Amino acid sequence: MSNPQQLRYSKEHEWLSGAEDGVSTVGITEHAANALGDVVFVQLPEVGDTVTAGESCGELESTKSVSDLYAPVTGEITAVNQDVVDDPSLVNSAPFEGGWLFKVRITDEPADLLSADEYTAFTAG
Amino acid sequence: MGRNDLARHALGDDRPMSSTELRHTALDALHRSLGATMTDFAGWDMPLRYGSERDEHLAVRTKAGLFDLSHMGEITVTGPEAAALLNFALVGNIASVGVGRARYTMICQADGGILDDLIVYRLAETEYMVVANASNAQVVLDALTERAAGFDAEVRDDRDAYALIAVQGPESPGILKSLTDADLDGLKYYAGLPGTVAGVPALIARTGYTGEDGFELFVKPEHAVELWQALTKAGEGVGLVPCGLSCRDTLRLEAGMPLYGHELTTSLTPFDAGLGRVVKFEKEGDFVGREALTEAAAKAEANPPRVLVGLIAEGRRVPRAGYAVVAGGEVIGEVTSGAPSPTLGKPIAMAYVDAAHAAPGTEGVGVDIRGSHEPYEVVALPFYKRQK
Repeated sequence: MSNPQQLRYSKEHEWLSGAEDGVSTVGITEHAANALGDVVFVQLPEVGDTVTAGESCGELESTKSVSDLYAPVTGEITAVNQDVVDDPSLVNSAPFEGGWLFKVRITDEPADLLSADEYTAFTAG
Repeated sequence: MGRNDLARHALGDDRPMSSTELRHTALDALHRSLGATMTDFAGWDMPLRYGSERDEHLAVRTKAGLFDLSHMGEITVTGPEAAALLNFALVGNIASVGVGRARYTMICQADGGILDDLIVYRLAETEYMVVANASNAQVVLDALTERAAGFDAEVRDDRDAYALIAVQGPESPGILKSLTDADLDGLKYYAGLPGTVAGVPALIARTGYTGEDGFELFVKPEHAVELWQALTKAGEGVGLVPCGLSCRDTLRLEAGMPLYGHELTTSLTPFDAGLGRVVKFEKEGDFVGREALTEAAAKAEANPPRVLVGLIAEGRRVPRAGYAVVAGGEVIGEVTSGAPSPTLGKPIAMAYVDAAHAAPGTEGVGVDIRGSHEPYEVVALPFYKRQK
């Protein structure tokens, strides 16, 4: 699998797009989606919620388990992907595209976000 | 997503990682070449899934699936008193099983607690094969060996003597027929006969753990790869796919079949588990647990303990083993197994609940899912029964 070069990544396996008008898109990586298996339920924050980098802001449920969704940055939620709520399998089939989870207006971001190459090395280890 | 979460997911199993070396089946290299996600299951490195576990599940329900079950524990019991020994050691009437037939049964402690659930195949007049769960194989072997004292019978550890490959699903008879001359039409459910499949000597059993028609093939480990490849080729045109343990778990859950460590434990008797029918008091002679089980049967009749029921979610959040079942703010039971059901398209669970809330259709029952009480419908098991 390849991690798109234009994205940045958290060690919790979220990806973050470059900001457009201060708003970035967030999803989970293909590596994470593969490790989870078939995703069957997605609980996302609501538009207007404030999320905090490194803190839980939702849930991803797969056949075998449930795990927290962590916010990779701090900011305000401006949109959530209703398509992925209706069809959670998008997280597996298109993690970097149609399976995006939410958009966030960033007010603060941690210093340890990874580049694509750094994330690839991180998950290989 | 947390890193620890991922590590746990990759395990795919709720038991802690064993510090000892994992065991590998004869098909290990083949699984890796197929890109399987592997998992530690009872000390064995087993395929969890090859691709989508949902697709694997649906293939078994509608076409066919191929499983490596070589982790299962085979124990051979032979000798003039093999039948008498098994009648003493197990709760079923094993002496009454005909040659070439199989029986689902249990082995219990003296206090009636379930040590394991088993399938026993009668291979010959004085030869049986007992198949135990991987996690309990040593316990069963030790118990049978101890209980064999005084019987003219031998208990043999044959765990390494067999690989076990299962073909399950409606297309499985056709697939197998193309590879064997054995009389499959004459082979009934819960029967087994020796034969040759794809040129490989095999014990062909019509058993499984999926709720579908299907076969389990016990072969020598050195023949496993050859047989797997022949079955794969024979199933190519009819949708056979390799299947991992993840879909095996959702298949058995839909079929209402218990899993040891979840619905069955040493703190439950077969009567507690709603499986009192496997205990045969009418058989001749004493058997381990008879006295305690007689009491358990009477208690189950007069004052039913918690009852094993099915739960179907109205929402989409999935109940997991250990979650509390609630009604009117009170805890009335506990989930033992739960998963999203590919067939029903909803989360399902098996749970032990107080008898007062166990009737199908009981109102107001929910599951506490991380603090939120999600509504559930109480149903009779199984969730899924195949059309014959």
